[in-house]
Amino acid sequence: MYWQKEYETMPRERLADLQLERLQQTIKRVYDNVPFYRNKLSEAGIEPGDIKSLDDLSRLPFTTKQDLRDNYPFGLFAVPMEEVVRLHASSGTTGKPTVVGYTRNDIVTWSDLMARALVMAGGSKKDIVQNAYGYGLFTGGMGIHYGAERLGATVVPISGGNTSRQLMLMQDFGTTILTCTPSYALYLGEEMVNTGIDPAKLKLRIGIFGAEPWSERMRNQLEAKLNLTALDIYGLSEVIGPGVAMECPEKKGMHIFEDNFIAEIIDPETGQPLPYGQPGELVITSLTKEALPIIRYRTRDITVLKDDECGCGRTFVRMERVTGRTDDMLIIRGVNVFPSQIESVLLEFGDTEPHYLLVVDRKGTLDDLEIWVELSDKFFSDKVRALEDLEKRLRARILSVLGISARIKLVEPRTIPRSEGKAKRVLDKREI
Amino acid sequence: MKVKQISVFLENKSGRLAQVTRVLGENNINIRALSIADTTDFGILRLIVNNPDPAYRALKDAGFTVSTTEVIAVEVKDEPGGLARVLEILQNVNINIEYLYAFLQKATNAALVVFRVEQLDEAIKVLQENNISILEGSRVYAL
Repeated sequence: MYWQKEYETMPRERLADLQLERLQQTIKRVYDNVPFYRNKLSEAGIEPGDIKSLDDLSRLPFTTKQDLRDNYPFGLFAVPMEEVVRLHASSGTTGKPTVVGYTRNDIVTWSDLMARALVMAGGSKKDIVQNAYGYGLFTGGMGIHYGAERLGATVVPISGGNTSRQLMLMQDFGTTILTCTPSYALYLGEEMVNTGIDPAKLKLRIGIFGAEPWSERMRNQLEAKLNLTALDIYGLSEVIGPGVAMECPEKKGMHIFEDNFIAEIIDPETGQPLPYGQPGELVITSLTKEALPIIRYRTRDITVLKDDECGCGRTFVRMERVTGRTDDMLIIRGVNVFPSQIESVLLEFGDTEPHYLLVVDRKGTLDDLEIWVELSDKFFSDKVRALEDLEKRLRARILSVLGISARIKLVEPRTIPRSEGKAKRVLDKREI
Repeated sequence: MKVKQISVFLENKSGRLAQVTRVLGENNINIRALSIADTTDFGILRLIVNNPDPAYRALKDAGFTVSTTEVIAVEVKDEPGGLARVLEILQNVNINIEYLYAFLQKATNAALVVFRVEQLDEAIKVLQENNISILEGSRVYAL
């Protein structure tokens, strides 16, 4: 089953023609409306008319998260604010978040992409979708919500957390599709066991899990514990949100919706494009977005693209699971975390030379973050109360900056290993 | 009237206290009194030593997080109600005690109690007015 069969099964030559036409329009749009892109293209000696084939894409400059930050908040928007109907934001590497905007048409495009994803997974308007992704500035909750409504399914906008209520509604409403992070799904599965709920008696049949890395091992666990088909979804707010790529029940990677995005794999060191089949950094260009078109966005995600035929009949290339990052970003409980965010908090507190370590572990099924902070003389007090108060204030500030809770552990100086030049900031003990 | 106290941050892991005392021993520093406040994750060691400034430097050089704080050492009669009397005097003028710890001196029969309060000068004044004996720093270091 398809949501937009014409596009999803389009022969590749026709798809290439469509991509070129849309790329040309996009380049013209950003050249005319976004000073940042006009300058970048001019510097590279490119005018919109120079884009004659898809091969010309590799001549275009990259866009990075830093570019979004430098143009905070709305500098990269290609439409006047009166055309923008929604904003989302993701946590930035330091203080300010990365802001993305959508026109009315963008919301329709995005909703269609998510409806495609749901149909690809086997969903229909008869389904009851329990959406346990977070609602708010994060794109996960609203993205899936609009897609499920577009499809005509029944959405339960429960958002993340409150596990006992999740399980109650899952039983009472007869939820058929669960959408959340894979680690939270696993947690729900364990809580079912603990509370004596038999998954075989539930109506769950499909799980759409994303926003954090997971593995085949986790898929097997999820399918066994929850009695459903577990499928992977990919997206990032800078590109649109969830619904950039979706796995079909063949389970051979995620189809990238290529009528809306061009995907490239590059060598992260040289920036040179790599052929299909070779691992490298995923780079995405949007083809249909109005408010925030994005040209050759460096996702920092490492994956492989495959273009062999898929049993589902879709002609879109597939990306394998994301196997790593080319920067130091961590995904903890579905939230993007950069070590530099911790650094900025410590600097804010007056620690002039902060030494810290993020210790990430998986306790049971949930990610656990402990932050070791070397206690400098400046922070030290002979009073226990003062140190406990420091821990409490750091914890609160980190919660507000990162959006997730962390335990603070004060440690003695020189406890955290120093390596040549660059300090080790992360100890990730999770086995995914 | 004030006594220099040295505080050291210690993680709750084995061998840390031993390391502090080793550093002090190697630098010929004698401990007069000590107390440890601990939580689940860390402890704060507070020391009165014979030679506070070199002790501070030695611990600092050994890589510890160290600070010095001023405290007062009060002589408390070794008899029932001795400490209560001192506490009452401080309470009457609303001086809040952060913490205290006691040790014995060899010379007399009186106990010594180290007080850490925010309003140090005020505490000294009110105790003296009430004829409570406060030891000079030099006397405490030389005990």
